[in-house]
Amino acid sequence: MDTSLSWIKAYVPDLDCTAQEYTDAMTLSGTKVEGFTELDKNLDKIVVGKINKIEKHPDADKLVICQVQISEDGQEVQIVTGAANVKEGDKVPVVLDGGHVASSHKDGESENGFKIKKGKLRGVESFGMMCSIEELGSTTDMYPDAAKDGIYILSDNPAYKDAPIGSDAVELLGLHDVTFEYEITSNRVDCFGVLGIAREVAATFGKKFVPPVVTETGNDEKVEDYISVEVKNPELCPRYTARVVKNIKLAPSPEWMQRRLASVGIRPINNIVDITNYVMEEYSQPMHAYDLDHIEDHKIIVRKAEAGEPFKTLDGQERKLDDTMLMICDGKKPIGLAGIMGGENSMITDDVQTMLFEAATFDGTNIRLSGKKLGMRTDAQAKFEKGLDPNTAVEAMNRACQLVEELGAGEVVGGMIDYYPVKKEPIRIAYDPAKINALLGTDISEEDMIRYFETIDLEVDKANREVIVPTWRQDLERMADLAEEVARFYGYDNIPMTLPSGAATSGGLSEKLQHEAMVREVVESYGFCEGMTFSFESPKVYDKLNLPEDDVLRRSIQITNPLGEDYSVMRTSALGGMLTSLATNYNRRNQEVRLYELANVYLPKQLPLTELPDERMQLTLGMYGKVDFFDMKGVVQAVLERMGLNKTAKYDPNAGKSFLHPGRQAVVSYEGKTVAYLGEVHPAVQKNFGIGTRTYLAVIDMQTVSELANFDVKYEGVAKFPSMTRDISLTMKKEVLAGEVEEIIRVRGGKLLESCELFDIYEGSQLTSGYKSLAYKIVFRAPDRTLTDEEVGKCMDKIMNGLADKGVELRQ
Amino acid sequence: MKEKLTKILEDAMGQIEKTEQLDRLNDIKVAFLGKKGELTSVLKSMKEVAPEDRPKVGQLVNEARTQIEAKLEEKKALFEKALLEEKIKSETIDVTLPGKMQMKGHRHPNTITLQEVEDIFVGMGYEVVEGPEVEYDYYNFEALNIPANHPAKDEQDTFYITKDILLRSQTSSVQVHEMEKGKLPIRMIAPGRVFRSDEVDATHSPTFHQIEGLVIDKDITFADLKGTLQEFAKRLFGEETKVKFRPHHFQFTEPSAEMDVTCFKCGGKGCRFCKGSGWVEILGCGMVHPHVLEMSGIDPEEYTGFAFGVGLERIALFKYEIDDMRLLYENDTRFLKQF
Repeated sequence: MDTSLSWIKAYVPDLDCTAQEYTDAMTLSGTKVEGFTELDKNLDKIVVGKINKIEKHPDADKLVICQVQISEDGQEVQIVTGAANVKEGDKVPVVLDGGHVASSHKDGESENGFKIKKGKLRGVESFGMMCSIEELGSTTDMYPDAAKDGIYILSDNPAYKDAPIGSDAVELLGLHDVTFEYEITSNRVDCFGVLGIAREVAATFGKKFVPPVVTETGNDEKVEDYISVEVKNPELCPRYTARVVKNIKLAPSPEWMQRRLASVGIRPINNIVDITNYVMEEYSQPMHAYDLDHIEDHKIIVRKAEAGEPFKTLDGQERKLDDTMLMICDGKKPIGLAGIMGGENSMITDDVQTMLFEAATFDGTNIRLSGKKLGMRTDAQAKFEKGLDPNTAVEAMNRACQLVEELGAGEVVGGMIDYYPVKKEPIRIAYDPAKINALLGTDISEEDMIRYFETIDLEVDKANREVIVPTWRQDLERMADLAEEVARFYGYDNIPMTLPSGAATSGGLSEKLQHEAMVREVVESYGFCEGMTFSFESPKVYDKLNLPEDDVLRRSIQITNPLGEDYSVMRTSALGGMLTSLATNYNRRNQEVRLYELANVYLPKQLPLTELPDERMQLTLGMYGKVDFFDMKGVVQAVLERMGLNKTAKYDPNAGKSFLHPGRQAVVSYEGKTVAYLGEVHPAVQKNFGIGTRTYLAVIDMQTVSELANFDVKYEGVAKFPSMTRDISLTMKKEVLAGEVEEIIRVRGGKLLESCELFDIYEGSQLTSGYKSLAYKIVFRAPDRTLTDEEVGKCMDKIMNGLADKGVELRQ
Repeated sequence: MKEKLTKILEDAMGQIEKTEQLDRLNDIKVAFLGKKGELTSVLKSMKEVAPEDRPKVGQLVNEARTQIEAKLEEKKALFEKALLEEKIKSETIDVTLPGKMQMKGHRHPNTITLQEVEDIFVGMGYEVVEGPEVEYDYYNFEALNIPANHPAKDEQDTFYITKDILLRSQTSSVQVHEMEKGKLPIRMIAPGRVFRSDEVDATHSPTFHQIEGLVIDKDITFADLKGTLQEFAKRLFGEETKVKFRPHHFQFTEPSAEMDVTCFKCGGKGCRFCKGSGWVEILGCGMVHPHVLEMSGIDPEEYTGFAFGVGLERIALFKYEIDDMRLLYENDTRFLKQF
């Protein structure tokens, strides 16, 4: 929403402030000004000049030398121009030597404008410049009478023809003005009109609000003799008013109206169109004009469209309607898409004689949905969507008709059709100064509160302590809303700052969040940097990960309105994001990259969703560089240890992950529950993601780890008796896993076994082909005595017997 | 005898004095004090001394031994000191050579910022809670006073899964879950991911994070809201930070406000960063709408409360002067290692 300062001043005549003061004060009282533009910011020393004489330039075919009069008493300057559209006797805007313009013919617009200095053009002196509308910072759209690609010939416009020579051309063109851009919140429907904002301005600055005085005009005829209205869907059209104007004389609207429309970015067209736009901006009540001679049967019927009914809107587009869309029809056919756009078949053309003015109220939601379905978004639609006050329609209608008469645009037929079955009445809200003060934490007197209400035209029933809320303030529903009105005009700045009283509460993080914090510390100590990726995925990622067709990870939740296919499903794994991030780093030549992400994956309980999915927090780790599988395994072990998973976790090579190297992957279980998996990325997958080096991944399921976490620590004493150590070297087939060997040592070693540690692996020529050797340091200890060789020997025998069953033997 | 002893002593002292090698000291010790040493031989020849003089001579011998031993120790200490000095001198290193460091991971700027915010509010007695990211329409909208077909719903460009299930567009949904638990008073913050249908660019992302705050108790006022958020801003951005509250509109609060803080780059003087205003918009807040309380089963006549919502990325970007939001989700380690 935009307004110009001059338009606001039309209703708040005593307003006197700078653009910055206006911005600050309005923002603090609740009408946020996002920014402003001073239209004359770069315009200086620009006067109305008259071209007295034009001569050819002696040395340039395309240039002419003008003698331009710049004061009533005959002072002349010489200006050389290349413009082709000037002739002797024309009045034009002239920027004098040392003045400023907003843009240059050559360089376009500039933040700080351009300074004009006297100079020579092909040897002939020139003391200024005649201006086009662009050089004055505007456009021919906003000044339709200005020449395209040429000097603005002021004298071609009757309104400027008699402007005194030497007078301020910026003033003449209404450019000593400021436009403000507002952020109006959706609850303040009234402030989508200039009058609504002006009311706030008057209240903010403590000035008088002077809205236009609207009188009902019209001749002695009766509108009912011209038209009848029938509304078939009153729930979608609570009010429909119509009036008729005949003997229309289309012409440009007066300068003041054009300027006001231009200041809010609306292009002046002609008096009728401009009046409808002007009233829409002023009252936030869209209006529409139909050519009455094209309305068949002299009848307006408001009804829903028929499914598939075609309709050509006035922009020439063929629209396909459905049976939810509200239409304005005549006795035979649709003539307008209610609240959005009129039809081509009834639009105002140059030969219009008689027209129908419509000011109606439509259901905001219906208009919004229809517009959405049709892919349309018009100014009128934007206003209707907010849900307009039906009580504004009559005043807006009469205002428009009044302007028609004032502008001499036609003859208004007497009377008005007003379909308005259920009148919207003002509501009453009780106010209790004590309660309002209790909510705000203030001590504002009742008198002040009443004054604030009245300053924004809320009627106060003091006896009953009630505010009577006009229907245009539909945002006011209960006392909390009144409290905000009090706070706005008391000043948010003036409300004190305190801290909540009441019983102290003990804050803190949930256990889940504490566990996440612990895990962060561990992985960061291993050199992993935290990354973040989107929760969305592309369904293509499944193929990139080599997932089989029936893989459970392919069961992902679809977004119905995604931002394109790449973001169309909720991820069931963070691996796609992780591998993409690693690839980004790889392509940027980053060495030694380790990344982690702690984020949810989304696992549907059923598809399509009927209840919320399982959101599982996962720790996803990825790395490449001078690392191998066991670096990643070390990190996984460290995380599990930090979470108190101190018993032996099982690393099963049959992880079944299609995206990992078949010989280099493991699924990790602890107490029979799967807690993680890890491995080297499958070479094909690595290639799919464009990573040119071995890459390692691990995924730890935080929820399962949290469930198993155990932080109970009891002191176990420090060993008092010496240990006995046995170093053994074992040979076995290569397929036998170290984990299996260790499992046997652990189980067979019994209570006396303290530890077993692998210290050497050998595969080579000294062994039978297909065999390997593992060397272990096995430590035994008893808590209560020094062990004997015999005791340890028995343990070792048990271990060796167990190993023999697996085909593992002592190395000879 | 006495002369002989004096001579032995002088001789020993002289030899010790002259010695220039540590290992020679032991030879001297053996030569004079050893079993066959000169002083020992004097003791051995004691039988030649008159019995009445023997104690005297014995004393002299002991004195001589003590002196020699002391001298030996003194000399030895000198040698050792010199040796140590020499060793130390030879061991000088170039301390400007690089230190040996572990490869250290770095936390995401979003997380660092979030943890700072959490610390501030936990210190004020707030619980940190979470809610689902895939959420029912009811919690995201309806229970927050945004009924079906309300235009405010459109403003948020929400992603939908089904008619009733969506990706939450605001962490405000967690407010409702907390209120429904029926445990009062409430002091909570709820950080988390939210989703809006915005194309990725320097200032937008379809996934970002918010931190929701909610306090519900008896006698909570708008002044409490202002005071709490001022405290928060000062702790996060520095004691000199000023705050400004502007009226605004949110469906689920009334009165509502937006809070600006003095620009942390220019301190409020106005710069390119704050577009010359000296202020930066940081959060939306307000008193919990009585209808929202009612819908969650809380009596607005008895309880009042305030709520606020902060964009985490917004704070992180400002705090670290990051000029492009895309950097936060690209995970280039050259970026991440700067935090």
